[in-house]
Order: sequence, then structure tokens, then C-alpha cells
Amino acid sequence: MTFTWPAGSPTSSPVRLALRQAILESIFLAESGHPGGSLSLVEILTAIFDGNFLQSPSDQQNPERDRLVLSKGHGVPALYALYSQLGYFDAKELRGLRKSGHFLQGHPDHLRYPLMEASTGSLGQGVSVALGLALGLRVKFEKGELKRLPKVYCILGDGESQEGQVWECLMSCGKFLPGNLIFILDANEGQIDGPVKEIMDLEPLADKLKAFRLNVSEINGQDVKAIQDKLKSIEIKTHAPAQFIIARTLKGQGVKSMERVIDWHGKAPNKEELKRSLDEIYGENNRPNGSLLEGANL
Amino acid sequence: MSSSQLLDQLTDSQVKAKASRAAFGEFLQEFGAKNPRIVALDADLSKSTQTQHFAKKFPDRFFNMGIAEANMIGVAAGLARADFIPFAASFGCFLTGRFDQIRMSVSFTNANVRLIGTHAGVGIGEDGHSQMALEDLALMRVLPHMTVLQPADEADTKRLLEWSLSHKGPCYFRLTRQNLKSIKWSTESQKVKVGHWDFLHTEPNSIMLINSGGLLESCIKVADRLRIEGHKVSIVNASWISPVAHENFSKIAELKPQLIVSVEDHYTVGGLASVIAENLIEKHAYFPLCKVGVRDFGASGSPQDNLKVYGLDPEGIYQQIKKCYNK
Repeated sequence: MTFTWPAGSPTSSPVRLALRQAILESIFLAESGHPGGSLSLVEILTAIFDGNFLQSPSDQQNPERDRLVLSKGHGVPALYALYSQLGYFDAKELRGLRKSGHFLQGHPDHLRYPLMEASTGSLGQGVSVALGLALGLRVKFEKGELKRLPKVYCILGDGESQEGQVWECLMSCGKFLPGNLIFILDANEGQIDGPVKEIMDLEPLADKLKAFRLNVSEINGQDVKAIQDKLKSIEIKTHAPAQFIIARTLKGQGVKSMERVIDWHGKAPNKEELKRSLDEIYGENNRPNGSLLEGANL
Repeated sequence: MSSSQLLDQLTDSQVKAKASRAAFGEFLQEFGAKNPRIVALDADLSKSTQTQHFAKKFPDRFFNMGIAEANMIGVAAGLARADFIPFAASFGCFLTGRFDQIRMSVSFTNANVRLIGTHAGVGIGEDGHSQMALEDLALMRVLPHMTVLQPADEADTKRLLEWSLSHKGPCYFRLTRQNLKSIKWSTESQKVKVGHWDFLHTEPNSIMLINSGGLLESCIKVADRLRIEGHKVSIVNASWISPVAHENFSKIAELKPQLIVSVEDHYTVGGLASVIAENLIEKHAYFPLCKVGVRDFGASGSPQDNLKVYGLDPEGIYQQIKKCYNK
């Protein structure tokens, strides 16, 4: 059976399971990619898009839409899967991930897929683009060109936060007070060479961020309801400290054999590993939504 | 034939010499008033880059980003994504030193950003090497989407900046700290044509001086000296570094120069000299090329002394041409 999205809102359990399946199967078909840091994004992304994000597949470039910048660009298979689930494109396109000529590039590419608001993948850069977007939209709103002030979400990684540009950007947020900018840190504790704590520890992170005059909160990034509640509680103002949410997640989140395993940062599962992962997600040989592999050129 | 004939023909002593950075500052102020889409960013050098005037007039459209160029470049890209036309200014060396931010956040997304790099070359003088842009043209012109421009005087600067407002995509402007003599541009030259160089004076089978940037007056002085000696000379100005029109090179090939001399306050690798060589060879047009430019790190000294030390004053250019010519 070819893959079809289950009914339900993005945060519902069946949809989140199907997103994990789509991430793993699209990376399997691409024979490369970053499962660990894509899986850790599922709860964050679904919480954003389930009621906290104004954008529509039928009017994708509406100037008043909310924006999302995925600064940790390697996690983009999760965003592609979610855009497909939301009806932006057919699920079978996910088979084109990382394939020559396809719009689903290995890292977000604005010119090939304009909803990728920034082309990222060189870490530390998306944060600045997100700030520029937030400031530009604020100027437009204050001049009456926009009736609503769009929100700009920027998702960054904990490994990524070792880049100096991230701190340049956060420092300037303390000056410009972009009240429509929401950073979410996918703190999945891992990077290519090992645990963040060992490679270049960020702690005490919340203290550092508070010292940069940000509105800092820390939540359980595995708890989709907690993230949703946090996002709902945010009051968007024109001039206020930027929001910075530290979401404590796990690399490989939601797939037992991949959780916390550094090795799953940047490699595709083979056929057996894929089967094992899907069995962990759904139970032995249970594939309620079919498979992206059905109908793919294998 | 008087010794200053070409200098009189081609330069205008009635108009006050002006640095191209000053021309930029005036432009930004003037067009900022006309176009609400223009915003400006600076990295704590607004007094040097001349964005200070815009900053005073339009504080709600000016962003001083502090000494943090990487973030400034990304924020400019974000402002462009929100339909603004950002002018992000700093010294050319500091801007293009953030190459990855320009590569990814600006050129790869075709972001409508104008990068303004002032303080080009050893001509800035006393501050020395750390403040001199010497490799910026080489870095910027390898990037797809990036328009790279180096104007030769005030009028040239202003018309190219004005042209850029109608262009969609990133541009890099390389501007000078020092004053530039005003050029008497032909009516043809005053119309901006993408990629086209100005053939200010041409003779077939001549020594052809091609300038990019702040050394045009020196080139004209050298040409006059060569004429006194009985040489035929041509003078070309190359404000366009990327893209360049193929017509420039057809025209050069037709004129069959005895010697081409590239003149730039930039490394002889990767800038104007490379543009000339690459494009002529592609056309199977082979002429000897004398590369006048910088071949070592810069250093402190007065602007005049620096130009002398690096062989970029009229005497230095002349001596290098003689050496190439007699080979």
C-alpha cells in the first residue's frame, strides 16, 4: 500500500508517528540524511503548526503569513514531511528528497522551495535572517502596510549554538527587541562528533541567554502539549524581548533504538534498521499508513 | 600636442574631486527620501562609510549592528526577504571577510542586498593592511548572482547605485576612501548598460590602459606621457567586474592593442587582470598583458606614499608599462 497520511491534527499521535515514518523512509530512499536531528524536531514543529502558525497551502506567499526559519537546516526532512501532511504537496514527493533536480534539497533552499524562508545548512546563519525578517515585518506593520504583525519562528540546534554568529544575533536582539521573534532551541544534546556537553558545553545556557536580555523559558521538548501551551501563552508585541524557548529533546526522539545514539546524527538506516525502527514506532509488521517505499524506484 | 591633452579632455577640474564613499553617502540620503523601501545597516563605521547621514534622517530605517558583520549580513538578507532594499556597509575587507554569510545568506538566495565595501586598497593609507580591501573583488566575483561594481568617480558611483535600485539580486560596491577626480563621461557612458565598459579614448594598435576603480586619473596622466613619446594609447574604464559584457572584449580584440595594461588597487590575482585575461582567452584573442596592481600585503604610509611604494602612482604605472613593453 502506498503511503497516505492518517487523519488528524499535526499534534495527534497517529500523525506524529506517521511523520517519523516519513522522515525515516525518505532518508532511507535518499540513502543519506540526518535522522537524529530530524526526529527531535517532530514535537516542536507540530506544536508550532497546530494552531500557532498562520499560513495556508492555498495562499503560500501571503505577506501577512507567519514565517519559519529552520536554522538547523539538516533537520529539514521533518519540515518537508510536515508540509506534506498539511497538504502543501503530495506525500510521494518525499521520495525525491536529496534527488537530482528535486525541490526537496538536502538542506533548505529558498530558491528551489520558497517557503524555506532562509537557505540554511551553514550553521549559525538562519538566526540572523530570522531577525532581519522580524525587524522588516515590524517596520511594515508599524507603517500600516500589514494589518497584523507576523510571527517569525526560528529553530536552531544546540550544537549550532557554538557558532559565534548566534551570539552576535542574540546580542542584537537585546537592542532591537523584536517582540515577534520566537527562537526555539532543539536541545537534543548531540552533535556529529559526540555529546554537546563533551564537544563544547553550552551550560549554564539559560543563564547566558537571560544575560543577553532574552525572554527565556525551558520546557520538555518531548511533550507536545507542553510546547503547544507555551507557544499559546506567548503574547506578540512590537517591542519586547525576543522569546527564547529551550526545548529539551533527544536526538532520535521517538524511535527507541535511535534515541541518544550519536551515530544516528548523519546516516541513513539500511533496510533492516528501517524495519526495526518502524516496528518500534508501530509494533511488529504493523504499517497502518502504507509505505513511501511502495511505488518508489528501488 | 600639449602634455596634458587627454587629462584636459577627459577630466573635469570644475567639479570638486570626491571620494566614492562620500558619493554613496549623498546618494543614500537623497534616494532614502524618495524610496521608503531603502534601509541601511552599518557595523559601527557609519562615519567612515557615510551611512551616518541616512541614519540621522531616517532613524527608523537605520540599523547599527555594532561590530558584528556576520550578523549584519544575515539581518540584511532577512530585511530583503521582507521586501526592503538593504544597504549594508562596512570596510570592504570586513564585509567580504564574512564570505560564508555572503555565500549562503545573500548570493545563494539571490537576496536583494547591496553590500557597500569602502576603503578599497592600499590607497587608504596610514591604517595599514588590516583595514585594506585587497582581495574583495576576487571573492565577490566568483559568486553566482552577485553583481560586482567599482565606480571611478562621483557621477559613476551615483548612477550605478541608482541603477541597482531597479535590479533584483545582490550587488557589491567597492568604494574609495580617497577623493577621485571627476571624469567627463560621454552621453553614451552616462546611460548605464549592464556589464559595459567605457572606451574613453581609443586608437588601434595602441598601448591600452584599462582601469577599475580609483586610479583612472593616474592612467590618463600615464597615457599623456606615453603619447608625448609617440605611442598610440587607449583608455578604458571598467566599473563592471561582474557581470561583464562580451562586447567589451570584441571591441578590445578589434582594436588589436600592442599591450594591455590592467590597473587596479587590488591584488593582481582575481580582480580586473583576471577578468581581462579570462575573457580574452575565451575569445581566442591573445595580447600581452601588463598587470599593474598589488602583489603583497599592504602596509602603513600616507596614501601618496603607499601608491608610490606599490607602483600605483603615475610614475610607477609608467615604469611597469615600459618594462612590459620592452620585453
